[in-house]
Amino acid sequence: MFETKPNNEIRIGFYVCHCGHNIADTVDVKEVAKYVATLPGVIISREYKYMCSDPGQELIQNDIKEHNLNRIVVASCSPLLHEHTFRNATEKGGLNPFYFHMVNIRENVSWVHEDKKEATIKAMDLARAAIKRVFFHKKLETKKVDIHPDVLIVGGGIAGIHAALTLANAGKKVYLVEREPTIGGHMAKFDKTFPTLDCAACILTPKMSAVKNHPNITLWTYSEVTKVEGFVGNYKATIERKPRYINEDLCVGCIACIDECVYKEGKYPDEFNMGLSKRKPIYIPFPQATPQVVVIDPETCIYLKTGKCKKTCVEACDRNAVVLDQKPEIKEINIGTIIIATGYQFFDPSRITYYGYGKYQNVYTGLEIERLVNASGPTGGEVIMRDGRRPKSIGIIHCVGSRDVNTHLWCSRLCCMYAVKLAHLLKEHTGAEVYNFYIDMRTAGKGYEEFYDKVLKEGVHFIRGRVAEVTDWASTKDEEGKLIMRVEDTLIGVVRRVPVDMVVLICGVEPKEDAQDVRRIFNISCSTEGFFMERHPKLAPVDTFTDGIFIAGACQGPKDIPDSVAQAGAAAAQCMALIDCGSVELEPNTAYIVEEECSGCKSCIQLCPYTAISFNDEKKKAYINEALCKGCGTCVASCPSGSIRQNLFENEEIFSEIEGLLSPAFEYTKEN
Amino acid sequence: MKPDSSYTRRSTPLQPEPLKGKIFKRIKYESELERGFGQKIAKMAYGENLFSCIQCGTCSGTCPVSQYMDFTPRKIIMMVREGFSEDALNSLTIWLCASCYSCTVDCPKNIQITNVMYALKREAIERGIYPKKFPIPILSREFFKQVRKFGRNSETRLVINMYLKSNPFNMLKMAKMGIKLLKTGRMSLKQEMIKDRTHLSKMIDKIKQLNEEEK
Amino acid sequence: MTQYIYYPGCSVKSTGKVYEESLLSVFKYLDTPLKEIDDWNCCGATAYFSIDESEAFGLAARNLALAEKQFNGSKNLHIVAPCSACYLVLKKTQDYLNRDQELRRKIELGLNEVGLSYESFVQVRHPLDVVVNDIGLDKIKEKVTRPLRGLKVACYYGCQIVRPYRDFDHERNPMTMDNLVEALGGEPIDWPLKTRCCGGSLTGTIEEVGLRLSYIILREVRRRGADLVITTCPLCQFNLECYQERINKDFNESLEIPIIYFTQLMGLAFGISDKEIGIHRLFIPITKLAKLRKGGENVYV
Repeated sequence: MFETKPNNEIRIGFYVCHCGHNIADTVDVKEVAKYVATLPGVIISREYKYMCSDPGQELIQNDIKEHNLNRIVVASCSPLLHEHTFRNATEKGGLNPFYFHMVNIRENVSWVHEDKKEATIKAMDLARAAIKRVFFHKKLETKKVDIHPDVLIVGGGIAGIHAALTLANAGKKVYLVEREPTIGGHMAKFDKTFPTLDCAACILTPKMSAVKNHPNITLWTYSEVTKVEGFVGNYKATIERKPRYINEDLCVGCIACIDECVYKEGKYPDEFNMGLSKRKPIYIPFPQATPQVVVIDPETCIYLKTGKCKKTCVEACDRNAVVLDQKPEIKEINIGTIIIATGYQFFDPSRITYYGYGKYQNVYTGLEIERLVNASGPTGGEVIMRDGRRPKSIGIIHCVGSRDVNTHLWCSRLCCMYAVKLAHLLKEHTGAEVYNFYIDMRTAGKGYEEFYDKVLKEGVHFIRGRVAEVTDWASTKDEEGKLIMRVEDTLIGVVRRVPVDMVVLICGVEPKEDAQDVRRIFNISCSTEGFFMERHPKLAPVDTFTDGIFIAGACQGPKDIPDSVAQAGAAAAQCMALIDCGSVELEPNTAYIVEEECSGCKSCIQLCPYTAISFNDEKKKAYINEALCKGCGTCVASCPSGSIRQNLFENEEIFSEIEGLLSPAFEYTKEN
Repeated sequence: MKPDSSYTRRSTPLQPEPLKGKIFKRIKYESELERGFGQKIAKMAYGENLFSCIQCGTCSGTCPVSQYMDFTPRKIIMMVREGFSEDALNSLTIWLCASCYSCTVDCPKNIQITNVMYALKREAIERGIYPKKFPIPILSREFFKQVRKFGRNSETRLVINMYLKSNPFNMLKMAKMGIKLLKTGRMSLKQEMIKDRTHLSKMIDKIKQLNEEEK
Repeated sequence: MTQYIYYPGCSVKSTGKVYEESLLSVFKYLDTPLKEIDDWNCCGATAYFSIDESEAFGLAARNLALAEKQFNGSKNLHIVAPCSACYLVLKKTQDYLNRDQELRRKIELGLNEVGLSYESFVQVRHPLDVVVNDIGLDKIKEKVTRPLRGLKVACYYGCQIVRPYRDFDHERNPMTMDNLVEALGGEPIDWPLKTRCCGGSLTGTIEEVGLRLSYIILREVRRRGADLVITTCPLCQFNLECYQERINKDFNESLEIPIIYFTQLMGLAFGISDKEIGIHRLFIPITKLAKLRKGGENVYV
């Protein structure tokens, strides 16, 4: 397994590519080929116009067979582009692909230097280093792992639902895990969606019930993922199902138990209605909740807190579905791929004191307004403020908590359209004077600008200016008793005081509070803003740096419903690609431990960022899980006894490369 | 000033006076602008992020005196950036600023607007651009003279000097208050000063010298 | 052991005399007598910054250096600067000298010319901060002999102690003085203009603008039903109190709201004699309080 000195005869084939004019114009490739031919071990040294082309690859294959080569070095472009191509060519020629090494003389030499003579010398140095290194390359095999066909989707909002349906329709078995007692996410709380003004519940509920009824989807609500172990294609997830104190299989959602609860009226703020109405400790989140099962809140239920209650709910149920001693259930499942679609949360506007949220009772957030105008909301669709009045004038403030160095730097993308939609709904429901205060109107999307125009025509006031304060000190008689918004109308160029009855704050979108905890469970990263990090913002928006785990929807960055659904489809397609392929090949640049030399000091274990190293208590040695190892090299560098080595980066390989670089090439050129 | 019967309807026209049919042309040619003015002011005001301004208008919205300004703070920032130096330095805005820092604290890009106003004041005084009898630069100059000479300033003498040089008739309005101040012992005619008067000038001259060397 | 040194500033020697009198009496009563910085000079306030920035910093830095010299190496030295403008200028100087090395080099060379040096260990504090956070509300409660029962107080902070340095309180809705009033037995009102600019020096130069700003504050105080206003800045007190007659004339009003310094309110609650806290120097007499003081059921005496 481990060769100190190459004892067979090493026969190296070296190829330098012109890459058309890209390399050949700066580097004298003929000289490089001539020089390399003089190095020990090199049997063939060629230069060719385009090595990556078919004839170029055939050149390698034929040479291997004809000249019995056992090492190949190609000097051309970046390995990111064609290492795979040349490894395949080597394999086709009958040689183990890891006897191949690639030198970059395009991005590293011809594209960054201008002096021809110096560029050629540098190319020669790099080639010589590669020749010396490749002596010590070993035979390696890629590892193939099977992909388990089941998928876990975390988060039951519109993105999670869409991904679940797509995968289930393709015949895959899906586990959909949702933290709240019902799926639907934020979209279930909306009244209408922009720009079509479809009723949100009407377009969402068919999808929700499709999820419930689909034979391939296992829906676990009121559950959270607590642990994930494994690697791509072979994950094991532990899910904790929180107790609803109701037997889900028996409950049919008749809500007789809610009517019979000892509380005659609701007393606790209803989360679904944003605290604008009250609910009892036993409740169903909203009429179309999926699954249609009641839930009991252990923080407020008298029996669960004190043990003393008449338990009228238990008697009211004729199916004996109320189980007050239910315990949390732990489920362990095996899946191959995971999609994380946990969504977002809105910025808390009480952090901005000059808007008066929480201080003045008629200041609302966008979601609260959604519930007010919704026909099944706390006021039955009538817009009635907290003090009982109906507003005759309404001010809507954009960009609350966005584009601000004191709160969040980013633009939340959906707020402008959201604000325009609310302006339309409020105008329709109340006939009041509606004022929108914006910094920039961001209505880029299909049908969005037309929607903005429609609302402009309805007579809604759009004033360009960021509101400096919402206050109640009046300067004229008409301002008394109202909330005054002091703002500069930047388009006309004058300071205005606009008195309104109701103020609506359109809050920005931020990552969920526990995003950092969630990301640790799945071993993915978050970007600086706190949203989950994608592999590449342009070319791989749903992949993460952990193979087999994908992200979709607003948890990756602020976005509206069409984009979330598109990303969900993309994530589902990525999962299907892996599953249908059946297996995945892992690059063998992993680290390995020479057991005899391991002293059992355990220093490597906590250093591994991918938790790939564990300790064998019986043998008192560490061992590395090849499938988890990403070849970062941290453990290799840190091992005090030097017992950890890395494939493709062995000590001899690296030292000989360094040696090769340091012996000068100008001696050769001096002679010529 | 008309008495304010507060709470009745107000009329505040957008232009200071009706134009009475006179034609007035407003256009700006690139050659009139001062290139590099924005960078210069930004450097003077520790306000490099001047260039991040998104023109949201929060500064003007929160400024308690913005309704009296010919160009609101937001406009001044844009003018400074683009090089409208003549207009910015000739404006009333920079003298009306009371340095309450409301704009600086609320700005979503953390622009040091109050510092920019101070920088513009300094630049205007250096270029000699301000109306001759305008009280604010006169007050600043009198203040400066007293402190340079005595090390401390005595409010009474400062205020009297300012009125004499800007608008002597105002002193009559202040007479009643002046008498009351004397009666309650809150007006002191004595000139406060520090022990060694050359002490301060030595230090300031050294700093001035170092400033000159820099240029 | 924290040592306090006192930087008066130019206004407290004339129109703000009341502030100095009450401040020194109250601090003495609270066992923290204040000593003046030897040979202090004017801080420059807002006016000097309009002329030349580095000279202005130099002026302020001289005071910081003098304080350090006087307390020779004492590491826990705090300058107490009652005037809000002086407080801001000294703090700003410290901040900018720390941030800008070029500026610091220039100022230090200037200071060396006159035999001074600046180490930057002194801290700049406002007396309100010192009273509530260092001395503590518990000690103050103990020392109260005449709690201000039922007295409605509007706390006016002004702008420069809470902006732009938000060291000890919130920039728009500060509560330090309100807590102090509660500790003294009074009732602070909740109002939105706690930190709105009073006009500053504009009342003397461009009256229209300055007087209106002060008027807005007084009008709101009356609407909210407060008995008096307490302030922390000599210029604010001057604008709100001494100009009240002018405001009444110009805006057709009949306001008569006593404006006193927070140290004077403390003095009243502690039972210090009127003369020591400068009550006799006020333009608007605090008759209502006096009536409450002489006798009757709802007295706070």
